[in-house]
Amino acid sequence: MAAIKTLPTGANKHTFCPGCGHGIVNRLIRECIEELGYQDNYCFALAVGCSCNLHSQKGDFFQAAHGRAGAAATGIKRTRPDMLVIAYQGDGDAGVIGLAETLNAAYRNENLSVIIINNTNFGMTGGQMSWTTMPGEVTTTSTAGRNCDYNGYPQHLPEMIANSFSHIAYSARGSVADVKHIMETKKMIKKALQNQIDKAGYSIVEVLSPCPTNWHLDPLKSCDRIENELYPEYPLGEFKTREDK
Amino acid sequence: MAKELLKGNAAAGEAAVRAGADFFAGYPITPSTEILEYLSSRMGELGRTFIQAESEIAAVNMVLGASAAGARCITASSGTGISLKMEGYSYAESMKLPFVVVNVQRHGVGLGGLDSGQSDYFRETKGGGQGDYRRVVYAPSSIQEQVDMIYKSFDVAEKYRIGVTIFSEAVLGQMMEAVDMPPFKKREGELDWGIDGTGKKGIRNNKWTIFERVEMYHEIEEQYQEWENINVEDAEYVFVAAGLPARVCIDTVKKLREKGEKVGLIRLKTLWPYPVKAFKELGPNLKGLISVETNVQGQMVEDVALTCRKFKINAPIYCYAYGPGVPMVKEIVAKYEEVKSGKCEERF
Ligand SMILES: Cc1ncc(C[n+]2csc(CCOP(=O)(O)OP(=O)(O)O)c2C)c(N)n1
Ligand code: SF4
Repeated sequence: MAAIKTLPTGANKHTFCPGCGHGIVNRLIRECIEELGYQDNYCFALAVGCSCNLHSQKGDFFQAAHGRAGAAATGIKRTRPDMLVIAYQGDGDAGVIGLAETLNAAYRNENLSVIIINNTNFGMTGGQMSWTTMPGEVTTTSTAGRNCDYNGYPQHLPEMIANSFSHIAYSARGSVADVKHIMETKKMIKKALQNQIDKAGYSIVEVLSPCPTNWHLDPLKSCDRIENELYPEYPLGEFKTREDK
Repeated sequence: MAKELLKGNAAAGEAAVRAGADFFAGYPITPSTEILEYLSSRMGELGRTFIQAESEIAAVNMVLGASAAGARCITASSGTGISLKMEGYSYAESMKLPFVVVNVQRHGVGLGGLDSGQSDYFRETKGGGQGDYRRVVYAPSSIQEQVDMIYKSFDVAEKYRIGVTIFSEAVLGQMMEAVDMPPFKKREGELDWGIDGTGKKGIRNNKWTIFERVEMYHEIEEQYQEWENINVEDAEYVFVAAGLPARVCIDTVKKLREKGEKVGLIRLKTLWPYPVKAFKELGPNLKGLISVETNVQGQMVEDVALTCRKFKINAPIYCYAYGPGVPMVKEIVAKYEEVKSGKCEERF
C-alpha cells in the first residue's frame, strides 16, 4: 500500500529551486517541531543565503545578518529560554563569514539547535567557492577547480565543534541524498531539538544537500554526486552525543 | 535620596538598569569598558542577562535577537567597536527593533587614540550603516544628564521602535560626579509585537513602508528636539555646542558676560533630531555663530549652517574644531577674540 503523507500543517510550499535539498530539510524540521509539540513555541534565526527562504514556513523567524545567526539566536534564546530556537544556516553563512559566531555559540554551549545546509557552495549568490567546496570542484570563483594548496582544504564544521568543545550536547552530519539518509537525518534533527528542550546545551547538525542549480546537474545526478564524491570527504554520523558527555 | 559619587560609565550602566534594561551584550574597548564591567555583575545580581560577546558584531546581533524577542536592550562601545555595530543599526531599523547604544567616543580614525572627542558626529547623526535611516541621538553634558537621558531613552526607543544613541565622550565616561539615580522602572504595558514563539506578533507581521517611517521621523523631529539656550536673545556672538564642549561653553559665556561681552550659547541636547527650534530664539544683534566641537574637521558646523539657511539667518558661521580632548574656558575665550577681531575665517 502506498503511504500517503500530508504536508505538516505549518509548512507552506517552499520557494527553493526544484531538487534543492533545503526543501527536504525544511520539511524534516517542521515535522520534528510538530512531533515535539512546539509548533506554537519556536523561532528560527535565519541566515542570509538560500536558507532565508525558509520563512515560507509559518511561525516566528528572525532574519539575521549574513553569518550572525549564531549571535542573534543567542539573544533570542537568552530572552526566551523556553522557546525552541533553531539557527538555520548555509555552510557559507555558518562556516565562512559567520565562523566566529558559530564557534563562539558552541564555545558558550548555548542551548540552541543549529542546522547547517552544506551544498559545497554559496548558492544564493550564484555558486561561488565556499570553505566546503571539494578539492578540484569548479565554481564561479574556482573556475579551474578548487586548488587546496592556494585556497585551503574543505572545512568539517561538525567535527571541528565536536573535537573542540567537549561540553556540547550533539554534533552530527546527515544527508538528504536518498530516503534512508533522509530518515536518519530526521532523527538527528529531532535529537538536536530534544537536547534543547532538555536544556542539554548546544547541538549542531550539518546536512549534505544537493544544489542542482549551481552544480549544473539534474536532481538525481546531484544525489549521485553526494554519494560518490561527498561521502568520502564528509563522513556521515554522530560525532558527539549527550551520552559521550 | 542622597546623591552618589559615580564614574560616568558606571552611572550609565546603573541608569540602564534603573530604566528596566534586561539585556546587555558587549565587548571591551577603552574608554567604554566600565559599562560592560559594571553590568557584568549588576545584571546577574538582578537576574537579568549579560553576555560578554566574542566581538562587537556578535554583541549587536545578540542585542537584535533579544530585542526582537521583547527584551529591553542596551550595548556600549567606542571607536572601531561602534563601526562593527553599525551594520546592526541598519538591520535594527529594517526590523524596527528598539535598542540603546552608548558610544563613549574616543578620538580619531582607524584604531584612533584614547583621547576624548566628538569625532563620531557624522556617523551617529547621519547614518553609518547601510541605507536610509535615523536614530535618536542624545548628547549629555554631565553624568546626571547622561543618567536622565538613558533613563528615558528606552521609552522613546520602544515608542517609535527606533534606535537611540547616547553620544558620550571618553572624559564623560571616565570622570566622576555626584548623581541622583532615578527609581527602578519597567516598560509600561506590554509590547504589541515581538517574537513569542507563536508566529503571531513577530517580525513576520512587521509590515511597514519606508514612507510611514519618514512620517514618523518627521514626528520625532517635531516633538523631540531638546536644547538649552543661554543668553541668546541679545547676543552678538553665540556658541553652538553639545556634550562636554557645551559644558565648558556655559562657563565661557558666564566669564565673557562678566567682562561685558554679549555672548550666548545654544547647548544641544539632542543631535538628531537637530534642535533647529533653538535657533528661532536668536536675537537681532547676532554677528556670528561659533560651533565648538572636539574633532579636527568641524562636523556639527554643517548642521549649524543648514539651520541658519532654514531660518534665513545671515550671520557668518565659524568653527572651533578643537581636536581631541576637552577645551578649556580660556581657549574658547581666545577663539572668541579671534572671531571678534576678524582673524578667524568663516566656515559658512
Ligand atoms: C555582509 C554580506 N556579504 C555578502 C552578502 C551576499 N551573500 C548573500 S548569500 C551569500 C552566500 C550564502 O551561501 P551559503 O551560506 O553557503 O548558503 P546557500 O545560499 O548556499 O544556502 C552571500 C555571500 C550578504 N548578504 N551580506
Ligand atoms: S541555488 Fe542551490 S541551494 Fe539555493 S535554492 Fe537553488 S538549488 Fe537550493
